[in-house]
Formats: sequence, structure tokens, C-alpha cells
Amino acid sequence: MSTQSSRLAARMMVAPSVVLLLIWMIVPLAMTLYYSFRFYRLLSPDRTGWTGFTNYLWFFNSPDFWLALFNTLALVGGVLVITVVLGILIALLIDQPVKGQGALRILVIAPFFVMPPVAASIWENLFMHPQNGLFSAIARGFGAQPILFLEQYPMWSVIGIVSWEWLPFATLILLTALQSLSSEQLEAAEMDGAGPFARFRYIILPHLTRAITVVILIQTIFLLGIFGEIFTTTQGGPGSASTTLPYMIFKQAIAAKDIGRAAAGGIIAVILANIVAYFLMRGLGRNLDA
Amino acid sequence: MARALSPRRLWLTTAAAWFVALLIFFPVLWMILTSFKTEPSAVAMPPQFLSADWTLENYAEVWARSDYPRFFWNSVVIAVGSTLLGLVIAIPSAWAMAFVPGRKTKDLLMWMLSTKMMPAVAVMIPLYLIFQRLGLMDTKIGLVLVLMLMNLPIIIWMLYTYFKEIPGEILEASRMDGATLWGEIIHVLTPMALPGIASTMLLNIILAWNEAFWTIVLTTTRAAPLSAFIASFSAPQGLFYAKLSAASAMAILPILILGWFSQKQLVRGLTFGAVK
Repeated sequence: MSTQSSRLAARMMVAPSVVLLLIWMIVPLAMTLYYSFRFYRLLSPDRTGWTGFTNYLWFFNSPDFWLALFNTLALVGGVLVITVVLGILIALLIDQPVKGQGALRILVIAPFFVMPPVAASIWENLFMHPQNGLFSAIARGFGAQPILFLEQYPMWSVIGIVSWEWLPFATLILLTALQSLSSEQLEAAEMDGAGPFARFRYIILPHLTRAITVVILIQTIFLLGIFGEIFTTTQGGPGSASTTLPYMIFKQAIAAKDIGRAAAGGIIAVILANIVAYFLMRGLGRNLDA
Repeated sequence: MARALSPRRLWLTTAAAWFVALLIFFPVLWMILTSFKTEPSAVAMPPQFLSADWTLENYAEVWARSDYPRFFWNSVVIAVGSTLLGLVIAIPSAWAMAFVPGRKTKDLLMWMLSTKMMPAVAVMIPLYLIFQRLGLMDTKIGLVLVLMLMNLPIIIWMLYTYFKEIPGEILEASRMDGATLWGEIIHVLTPMALPGIASTMLLNIILAWNEAFWTIVLTTTRAAPLSAFIASFSAPQGLFYAKLSAASAMAILPILILGWFSQKQLVRGLTFGAVK
């Protein structure tokens, strides 16, 4: 029952956020686009001018760029796979009528509230440090050489840290979805002779589709921009081994002070995000309707 | 989906569930334990658990030596400020989209969420330059604005989800009684929407508190919140493990406690109503 006047009022109420978000999106993006075609280095302020696609070509010709692109996708993909698979398993476990479910939830959600730099520095120093970390103590306890996590397996280490941060989110959303599944359906299937795997495959998994979609969608939004964890632990190294696209752009801007290049990298990152978003929406969009 | 288990299996699954939960929680626990150890005890090999020297010294020292209170205060101002400002802008919008939906409302919501897909690094340079031009560099008000804009889509989505669950008939009834638009919002809607607004506020405070890109890029010292402070905290040769842990604990405990109290609503809110 919306009248003409209430509809007008509604538009007025939506307008501020739409206008703000439009400005927030368009102004910086237009400026980034502009700088991406300019020669603009803070260290040589006298030289300016258009450079065409030079800044973009620098990226495409740099082997670091393709590594960074791969690392970015590996980070997003790796964390998604780990959190969804482990999340389903842990949710199935906690969903059993175990003792102290409330306390379990509180323990499991804790990493979600830990800010990225803290999460990264806990893992870097208290666990992965080759001399003083807990992992090296365990390795030595077994008489083995400590693993040099951040030096030898920097990308895997970062994926591990970020997975730890996002596992609670995946687990609790999947748990919420599991708890709405009726037990009659499962019992009926059991009576019909369906084993645990068949029950999981044909009843539980379809029921979780929507929750998994939400987990993938929300996590991808945050994972594409992962920055603090790398900044705190590896600084993108050793060499460029754990440099992602966001971190590579950050280095161009802050360390090399090359605004033009960083801007071109920014535009490439936007294009990448759009491609990912397109496939996400195409693959998952229909799960979200209704 | 809970079903009865035999006592033996119940015992086994309970043990397994607790083991997994403790494993996930362990890094936080270990950090808190380390924060109460003396420095030599914190890096002792093999790691000390019950035999460690316990002390409160680290907390006192971090508090006194660093500018911890200022970082803390910056975090509070930035997280709460950006959240309140975001709510002021988002509440009317979400209200209008939930109760006077147009044909394009769903598209509009999707578009808003899509602005969050834009990588922060892509707009880092312009924002950096705009901030320098306007003198917003290393100011709390600048970070409040940026974090508000960054989280605005999430705030609107969450509020929209909560508002949609309020039955429209109640609004119509109040309208029949001659309530004005603002009267309707203040006297009818607000009391019913308060739980939703509260959990939106909490989640957003947590997101803003933990933000670690803009806080690092746009601050140096004056306006730096805890996330920027911790990111620059180095621990050469493990000499500062206990102090690092104490500083970390002080950085996350306020939010951890806040989060624990509201975890149920938070999880529900973060699914944007898509998972019941």
C-alpha cells in the first residue's frame, strides 16, 4: 500500500546512500583510470605526460605479475576449499547432540574476531618461527628439522593463516543451516537403507547448497583484498613468492612511489574482481533466488 | 538435525568435537598464556606450560612504554564513529527498500554489494591523494569516512534483511491511525527494529575494529588505531614475544568479548537472511 507521496519519500531516503556509494565508486575509479595512463613517479616530479599503455605493459611483461595473479587466485581458491570442506566436517560434528554446544560455538568463533595483523603475528612468531615457534619445538621433539614455513612455503603459510581466520565463519553458517534440517527425513532415509555417505550426498549436501553459496560469496569479497596478513608476515617474500596482486600494487605505490604503475595495477585488479564476480554470479546466482 | 546417540558414541563425539574446537581456539589461548609469561619463559625450549614464570609485567610495560592508550582510543573512535555514521545513512535507506520496495530494489541491493568487490588497492592512490589535498591524512575523521563508506553496503544489506522480517500490517495499522512517516519510524518501527540495528552495529564495529588496509595506508602516528599499531610491531629474535602477546591480547580482547556475547545474532546477520 504505497502511495505516491510515500514512494517519493522512500526515494529521498534511499538517495543519500546511493549517491555516496556512487561517488565512492566512480571518483576514485575515474582518477585511477586517468593516472594509469600517465607517467607519474613521486621520485621524478618534473616529468609528466601521457604514456599510453606503458604502465599496463610493465605489468604484463613482469614475471612477478603472473605469479602475483596466480597467488591471488590460489589464495582465494585455497582458502575457499579448506574452509568449506573443514567447515562442513566440523559443523556435522558439532551438530551431533554433544555436551556443551554453546561453549563449543564460543571456542570455534574466536578466530573470526582476531584482527588480521594479530592473527598473522601470532602465527608468524608463536607458531611458525624457526627458532622459537611451537611448530619447531614439536618438530624437534620428534627429532626432525623445523620447517621454515614462511621462507620455504610462504604462500601455503598465508593460506593456512587466512583459512584459520575464516573457518569459524564457514563453520557457523553451515552449522546454522544444518540445524534446520529435519531429522525425520534422515531417519526415513536410514530406514530405506541409505548409508551415511548416501545420506550426506543426497540429503545433507543439497540442503547445504544455499549456505555454501553464501559462504563462497561473502568470503570471496573479503579474500580478494587480503592484505594485512601478508604485510605482517612475509612482506610478499621471499623475493616475490607470496606477493599477491593487492600487495604488488601496494609495493609499486609505497616502495617504488610509481603512481602511474600502481594505478594501472589497480585497474587490472578491478577487472580481475569483475571476472571473478561474473563467474560467481553465473555459477551461484540461481542458488540465491527464492 | 540432532538425533539420539548411544552413550558410548555420544561420549566419543563429544570428545572429538571438544578436541577440534580447542584446536581452533588454541592459537588465541597460547597467545594469552604467552602474554603472562616472562620473556625468557615465553621462548624457552621446550615450550613451558605449567612450569612457566607467570607475570603481569608485560601488560604494565606495554601500557606504559608504547602509546597504547592512544591507539586504543583511536580504534574506539574510528570503529564506533564509522558505525554510527553508517547507521544514520543506512537506516532510512534500508527502511525504504524494505517497506516501499520498487521493481529495482533487488538490483539496487546487488549493486551496492558489488561496490564491495572493488579491491581497496585499486582506489588507494586517488584516496591517498584526495586525503593529502584535503588534509585528512592521519586523521580520525578521514578514517571514519572511509570505513563508513567501505562498510555501508554491508550495513544496508543487514538492516534490510532485519527490516523485511517486520510485518507490514503493523505499519499499515499505524498509518490508518494517522501516524506520519517520521512518527511511524520513531514510534512503531524503531522499537521492533532495535535488535536488528543492534546486531548490525556490533558486526560493523567488529569489521571496522579489525580493518587493516586503510588503517595502515592512511595513518602514520596520530590517528593510527590498534590494527596499524600491531602490524608495525616487530619481534626481532623473539625477544619481545611476551610483550607482543600482551599487546595483541589488549588489541583483540574488547572485540572478542563483544563478539562472544553476540555471536548468534552475528552469524545470522552475516548471512544476509539467506540461511535460516
